[in-house]
Amino acid sequence: MTTATVAHDDHAHHGPPSGIKRWLFSTNHKDIGTMYLVFALIMLFLGGASAMVIRAELFMPGLQLVQPDLYNNLLTNHALIMIFGAVMPAAAGLANWMIPLMIGAPDMALPRMNNLSFWILPAAALMLILSFIVPFFPGGGSQINTGWTLYPPLSLQVGMSMDFLIFALHLLGISSVLASINIIVTIFNMRAPGLRMMQLPIFVWAWLVTAFLLVLVVPVLAAGITMLLFDRHFGTSFFIAAGGGDPVLFQHIFWFFGHPEVYILILPSLGVLASILPTFSRKPLFGHHSLIGAMIAIAALGMIVWAHHQYTVGMSLAAVQYFMLMTILISIPVGLIIFNYMMTMWRGAMTFETPMLFTVAIILMFSFGGLTGVMLAVVPADMQYHDSMFVVAHFHYVLLPGAVWGLFAGVFYWLPKWTGHMYDERLAKTFFWVHVVSFNITFFPQHFLGLAGMPRRIADYNIMFTEFNMISSVGAFFFGLSHLLFLYIIIKTVRGGEKAKARAWEHAEGLEWEVDSPPAHHTWTTPPKIKTA
Amino acid sequence: MERQPDARRHPHGRIVLWLGALVIGMFGFGFALVPLYELYCQVAGIPTVDQQRALNVQAAAGTGEVAEDRWVTVRFDTTVHPSLPWAVESQERSMRVQPGEMHEVIFVASNRSSRAVTGQAVPTVIPWRANDFFNKTECFCFQKQTLEGGERREMPLRFVVSPALPDEVTYVTLSYNIMRLDDTVAKVTE
Ligand code: HEM
Ligand SMILES: [Cu+2]
Repeated sequence: MTTATVAHDDHAHHGPPSGIKRWLFSTNHKDIGTMYLVFALIMLFLGGASAMVIRAELFMPGLQLVQPDLYNNLLTNHALIMIFGAVMPAAAGLANWMIPLMIGAPDMALPRMNNLSFWILPAAALMLILSFIVPFFPGGGSQINTGWTLYPPLSLQVGMSMDFLIFALHLLGISSVLASINIIVTIFNMRAPGLRMMQLPIFVWAWLVTAFLLVLVVPVLAAGITMLLFDRHFGTSFFIAAGGGDPVLFQHIFWFFGHPEVYILILPSLGVLASILPTFSRKPLFGHHSLIGAMIAIAALGMIVWAHHQYTVGMSLAAVQYFMLMTILISIPVGLIIFNYMMTMWRGAMTFETPMLFTVAIILMFSFGGLTGVMLAVVPADMQYHDSMFVVAHFHYVLLPGAVWGLFAGVFYWLPKWTGHMYDERLAKTFFWVHVVSFNITFFPQHFLGLAGMPRRIADYNIMFTEFNMISSVGAFFFGLSHLLFLYIIIKTVRGGEKAKARAWEHAEGLEWEVDSPPAHHTWTTPPKIKTA
Repeated sequence: MERQPDARRHPHGRIVLWLGALVIGMFGFGFALVPLYELYCQVAGIPTVDQQRALNVQAAAGTGEVAEDRWVTVRFDTTVHPSLPWAVESQERSMRVQPGEMHEVIFVASNRSSRAVTGQAVPTVIPWRANDFFNKTECFCFQKQTLEGGERREMPLRFVVSPALPDEVTYVTLSYNIMRLDDTVAKVTE
């Protein structure tokens, strides 16, 4: 492991410019990190609002609030905003804040590009929101009722809002590819002298793997939606059967991106856990090298299993067998990560501050989602479960614990570093319990609904599904409301609170704890000296 | 910012260039999937839907004689849409047939309402691989059917299961969805 001698900035460098210019023209990794995080939080609330409407509609059978087309539009919007607007930017915010601090770099390698990557996002978000509201205007065409997967032929028939959406996705893709390039260059080039790759914290490694995945698969999605755009407007027939194309081809292209995307969503969060666990277990992380290996294995395998989302399209037996075996194989490196984390806790002197509470909950519930994933990976079983609420339950169990909670845990863990104040532990624990319990009330019943045959993406349902849907909706309202508490805790911490020490957590390890809390505007202008063991 | 000379392992530009090339390459790869997908199907011998149909039709038409040593169970199933006030049942639920033989089954439809109603039967063959080997020579599903109020009608189905039916298929289910055809439906489907 690495330790560093504290390198004090010799003098307070020029501070940040004041006013709006500080943010608009910022090239400072901390400011950009903050903007990413704030943006992600706003998107979390927007995406959450659409989810609340969805659950309100599903509270009872029949159509009460929204028509089916609007329901599916909300569904599409919810997924895309959460994935591209909330989780990915929040992870990028953590990367911006923490990677330079963790590797002893004064800033990201390409600070202007960093500014660009962020400021593309609000424009993209605007496009995304427009794609949702355009159909409400006269002449705005039909609603996007395809779901986030945008399968043709339906996506070819949607009105102009689909063009807004395609444009928004292009922008979002450009933003994350630029951010990824920046992160890769930073990790390769900006490490403090003597800090070797294999010594890097797992969070940095997780982001390195994620960034490579993004560079590899986002352009493929871009190609797919470009073809969609061409089919819609320029007379091509990539996906139009009547013109010799094949709609199933789009599914292959989409999932070639889409499956690695799920690992893009969880890897940074799993990286966060590797920082939190040793601190609150008071033990070094178990299996540093094997964690790196496991993440690389996940990324590599993750790129060749995409068609497990399409078992039902009528692929050959050999093809589904291949995809099934490869998919099940991934649970080995995923399991290895989980076991390493459990071994880190084993016989540790554990305390359960909020980041650690989230970590334990993640290990439990993410594993559960992995388990239903293996069920879905089994072809004959998936023939039944496909496109049912069971799939919805599965991916919420992996995405909320795996991605979102990891980000929450990271926010609580590093908030004292960022703001210089300790957050209110009692409120944070309240948030944790309300959030985690209501999460389970919301999504656990959806397993049963799916197994009993309730399809996903449909606004109405058979009355026999009523009870579980009611439970799920009630849970969802508490779940949604709990985020207001989260917002309150953050605002409260930014405004004041107990002063945080440089090493805000007693046993925290890593270069980020060597700088002040909050850190100066510029840190590590003289690189830390790395002592190698 | 006085950083030690070894801090930058390579010029930033070089890595950016490599990554940029990778991005463009993967964008190209996305498009390359179009021919690759076709190529894959050709190499793996996976026919397109059209090719498969042509192959099956060829195979199904090929032989005229009865496969003496083979038995296939054909099951019949009917589902009447709730908006159609009919009852439709086959006189036999299932039959054991030899591929190549012609068989007949009677389906009995009765209109439970007092007015004339028109319906249309839509057949599905399961497993879908058997679809092109199940030849209906006469079927009430070929045209729409109008039943007067209270009328009961016997409707014949004549079929041959082709001897070219893939070996592993031993059960075939012929399932009819019977739907109402009237002015409102016609308007919606237009
Ligand atoms: C052991 C690990 C996992 C396995 C074996 C697995 C397997 C599967 C399978 C087979 C499906 C397709 C189900 C269907 O549509 O019929 C699926 C769907 C999904 N999985 Fe997983 N999964 C795993 C982990 C994850 C993780 C870690 C994430 C995300 C962080 C994730 C996110 C999703 C999502 C979002 C979908 C639904 C996509 C959609 O149709 O909209 N899965 N999973
Ligand atoms: Cu997948």
